[in-house]
Parts: sequence; structure tokens; C-alpha cells
Amino acid sequence: MKPITYLEGIATGLFEEMERDGSVFLMGEDIGAYGGAFKLTRGFIESFGPERVRDMPMSESAIIGAATGAALLGMRPVVEMQFADFVSCGFNQIVTVAAKTHYRWQTPVPIVIRCPSGGGVHGGMFHSQNPEAWFANVPGLKIVAPSTPTDAKGLIKSAIRDPNPVLFFEHKALYRQPAIREIDPGPDWLIRIGKANVRREGGDLTIVTYGAMVHAALRAAEILSSEEELEAEVVDLRSLIPWDVEAVIASVKKTSRVLVVHEATRTGGIGAEIAAVIAEEGFSDLDAPVRRLGAPDTPVPFSPPLEEYFIPGTDRIVAEARDLASF
Amino acid sequence: MPESFPSPGSDALDERTLVRLYRLLRLTRAFDETLVRLYRQGKLVGGVYTSTGNEATAVGSAFLLRSEDVLFPLHRDVGAHLAKGQDLKTLFLNYLGREGSLTRGRDNTAHYHDRRLNIFGNVSHIGAMIPVAAGAALAARMRGEDRVAVTMVGDGGTSTGEFHEGLNFAAVSKLPLIVIIENNQFAYSTPTSKQFACAKLSDRAQGYGIEGSTIDGTDLLAVLDTMRGAITRARAGEGPTLIESVTMRMRGHSEADRADYVPSEILDSWKKKDPIARFESELLRRGLLTEERIHLVAQEIRTEIDAALAEAESHPLPEGSSALTGVYAEED
Repeated sequence: MKPITYLEGIATGLFEEMERDGSVFLMGEDIGAYGGAFKLTRGFIESFGPERVRDMPMSESAIIGAATGAALLGMRPVVEMQFADFVSCGFNQIVTVAAKTHYRWQTPVPIVIRCPSGGGVHGGMFHSQNPEAWFANVPGLKIVAPSTPTDAKGLIKSAIRDPNPVLFFEHKALYRQPAIREIDPGPDWLIRIGKANVRREGGDLTIVTYGAMVHAALRAAEILSSEEELEAEVVDLRSLIPWDVEAVIASVKKTSRVLVVHEATRTGGIGAEIAAVIAEEGFSDLDAPVRRLGAPDTPVPFSPPLEEYFIPGTDRIVAEARDLASF
Repeated sequence: MPESFPSPGSDALDERTLVRLYRLLRLTRAFDETLVRLYRQGKLVGGVYTSTGNEATAVGSAFLLRSEDVLFPLHRDVGAHLAKGQDLKTLFLNYLGREGSLTRGRDNTAHYHDRRLNIFGNVSHIGAMIPVAAGAALAARMRGEDRVAVTMVGDGGTSTGEFHEGLNFAAVSKLPLIVIIENNQFAYSTPTSKQFACAKLSDRAQGYGIEGSTIDGTDLLAVLDTMRGAITRARAGEGPTLIESVTMRMRGHSEADRADYVPSEILDSWKKKDPIARFESELLRRGLLTEERIHLVAQEIRTEIDAALAEAESHPLPEGSSALTGVYAEED
């Protein structure tokens, strides 16, 4: 069995679903012969042809709107935003049309919107954002954000099979990281949307996170273990809408201390919702206030020291966890 | 009286079809008049957007479509809904927000989807359905289905980004899509002089590299002839068509709008071009209608509307808590 990167996890998932189901097709900018800005769809056009691997004009509204229209007639389109940042150009199609169609019509809109997101690649503020929270307040959308190659594969396949619009946030910094490669689990592998995964068990505190921050949290947990004898439990949400309240509350009951971490900016972030639900449903189990660690409330800055300062890293997670443990 | 007009292609329409078209025009207006009455009686909540002045464009845009063709009309296109085969009771149920309506009371006016008739209602963000209709046209072609997609937009909607993105994408992909701009002179209170600077909105077709034309939207036979050409091209794989149908919105944006910003001389001049009176006099001239038959049609329509409305009103309003279900589709 061959180890796959995070990018290969997504690509093999896509490829297998396209082989399995003729109604699955791709739309995006430069995804055909060029293979996409990140070469994720390299080789696809040779296998499936230009009808099913459609190069589109630079029109995010047209891409997402056309996906919705095609889904209404029985197709299962997967669209690629070249960078998650450009999803803002297609915002209306997502929140006004796709998200509300099933509620008003009982007609499913099975579309997947792939959003290469996140910083650490020196892309500047228009190529580095984590815009998942923009959509969390829109009923009718599902949002996933995998952290590993096998989760990426299992979730893209589940997203394609899901009858709802799914926003798939894939972290660019994870795409080709050799350290996180995993064995390809094969074509029957699916990860259920809405299920978290406990990446590391621990009894002293819980770190709830997702995406690239899972790896920073795991590194932080090792440091906390060796330097402080603190055992952190790391809960990888994997799905943000719906998110696994049960798994988070179970961990809160076990550790009584929670730190929520995400790379997206702090105010109004996913962490705010998680903290609020923990306060509502797990208050009596808490020994300390729920803490949130997100990026500061600024655009993502460009110059390396600025960006490094901006993105929550292992050091900051360790510091927050120490503080939390000593409360 | 409106002058009689030569309409190439209209000769092919038989008497029965022409009288059916006339009936659809009258039905559209009678439906609108009923909505206005219900609104004034406080029996209909929300906005009421009539199509007065636009009936010929709406009816003509949908009349030639096959049942498998997909229609993405506007809320103001009741005539198109009726021409595609929609029944009055279904429309009333949705306007009244009743249980048993196609949106189960969740969305208003004609914002419904009817699977049987392939009608896909709009969202209130006019222009947004153009990319969606283009995507439907794409899906039909990918599936090897001979289906045309038709959608409408107002003069105001032509200023949106989605109008451009949708048309450009459809043009590049040569999709079987027909976009009808219902230029009814005002987007709410904004006149066309503040909306666009081109001489004709169909001039934009050239910019997209597609066919386009501007027609008199009060002339039902002209609308039909233009649609016939566009549908033929779409079915032949010759790509999209942009049609500017010039009409006049004879009432306010909604019934909450007195529209006193519209100069009365404009309304007076358009009154002479009322699409229904125009078609009626043409049929009278051809001897296909008589005053007696006109009266009879009006009576039949009245009876039909009263019956459909009574049936719709017999449906209860939905339970408040039913609002919670169906945000998401269940897994297969």
C-alpha cells in the first residue's frame, strides 16, 4: 500500500468518485490541461475529458451558480475555488441560492465547493484566509475541514455523496507535507460528515481544533507532556457544520479544561460557537473558563515575520494550555 | 386603437392556439387583479408584484417550450408560469403561504419549484438565476438531453455581476440558454437612464459573441417569433440568445409603491400599447374573436379563478413549528 499526501488524498477521492458516478464532474479555473493552481487535478482531463473537467472563465458566481443549476438537473458537480479567498466572489450563489434551495423546494443541491485555504505559504491576505466562519451562520450549508490525508479522502468522498451543498476547506500548507503522509485506505473509505476524531488522548485538558492547527496542537501536546507532565487530549473536529457536540462534551467531562484553537481570526470564529455550546452544555464539568486561541483580528499579513506572528503556532498553544492548566 | 402588425411565423398558428394565447393573457391579468384585491383586503401578506403591461412577454417566453425544457422565470412572470402549464390553485397556495403549497409556506410569490413542469422560481436577487439556468442548460447537454433553458431578468438585473458572468459563461460554452430581459423601464423607482448607457440592452449580446435582439414586448406574436428562432438555435447547438423585450411596468414595483415617480404621459402612451388589448383587436380583426366570445372568456376565467382561490383558501396555514424541518436534505 502506497503512502499518500493530503493533496493526493483529495485527488484520489475525487478521482474514485468520478469513476464511480458519471454525474460527478469538476468545474474550476485552470483545472483542465494545466491541472489546477496546485496541480490537484493533474491527469484528470486525460482520464475524464474536458466535459467533465471543465475549465471555466474567471467567474466564481458563474462557477458556483452553474454547479447549482447542474445539480438541480441531477448532476453532482465539484467546483474548485482557486484559493478559498476567491469564494467571496461567489458568496451570493452560495448563501442565497444553494443554501436555501432545499429549505424552500425540498430539492437537493448536491454540490461541493473546494476551498484551498490557510496561511503559512506567504500568499498575502488574498491568498491565505480561512473563511469558514463566514458560512457557519448560513443554515443549509455543510462545512468540513480535514487535517490528514485519509480524512481528506474520506471527507471529499462523503461530501460528493452528500445531497447538500458542502464547503470543503483544504489547508494548502498540508498539501505536500511528507510528515503527515498516510497509507491510502482504498476506494471504500468514507469519513462521516459531523464526526470528530480524538487524535490524542489525555486527561488534563482538551484542545478542540481542526485543519492545519491539529498538527500544531499535537506538537504542543507532546511538549506539554514532556516538559510539564500535562496530558492534553486533542479533538480534531473534521466537520464544522454540523460539528460533533457529543465528542467535545465527552472530552470536557473527562478533562474539565478546554482550549479551542483555529487559524482563522478570533472574533466571530468557529471557536466562539464551540465555546458557547460548551458553556451551555458542559458548564458544570468545567474547572476553568473556556479559552479561545485564534489569529489576531487583522488581515493575514504578508512579510514572513508578520505572517509567522499572525498564525497561531505550537508555542502559543503551549503557553495557552499552561495558563489554562494553572487556572 | 393599436395598429395591426405583420408578424412572420404567426400565420402558422391555428385559431385554437391563438385563442388559447388570448386566454392566457387574460388569465394572467385576472390573476394579478385578484392578488391586488386580496392584498387590499389584507388576505395576502408580503409583496404583490403584478405583471401589468408585461403579459405578452411572459406568456410568449414560455408558450413554445416543451414540458422537459427548463424555465427560470421571475416573480413578475405569472403569464410564463401559466403558459408552462401551471394551474391557478398551485399559484394561489404559494402566494397565500398555505400548507400544501409547493414551498410549504416557506417562500413567497412564485418562488417555487415544480418538478412536474420544470419550473424553477427565482430568488429576490435578480440576475442570480442566470448562472443557475446556464448550469441547468449545461447539465442537460452533458446528459445528452434535448432541453432548452429559459430565464428572465429585468432592466435593473442587467446591472448585476451575475448577469455578466452567467451570459459570458453560457456564450463561451455555447449553452442552450435564452435570457429575456424584460425592460419595463423602471427598476423599482430607477429609470433606465440611470441603469445603463447603451442604446439597446441587446447590444450587449455582441459583446458576448451571441445572438441578440430587441423586440416590442407588448406584441405577443413578435415575442413568439423571436422565441421560436432562439429555441431553434438553442436546440441546434448554436448557443445562447439574449432578447430585450421592451415593455412598461404599468403599476408600482409592488402594490406598496404608488409609483408617482412615473410621469403620467409615459403611462398614457403605453396604455395605447396594452398587450392584451393589442392582441384582442388583432384577433377581432382576423375574425377569430367576437365581442360575445370575449365576454364568455372573461366569465370562464372569473369562475376558474374563484374556484381555485376558494380551494387554496380552504388549505390551512402551516404549523409554526414546521418551519424547523428540511433545512438539509437527508442522505440517500
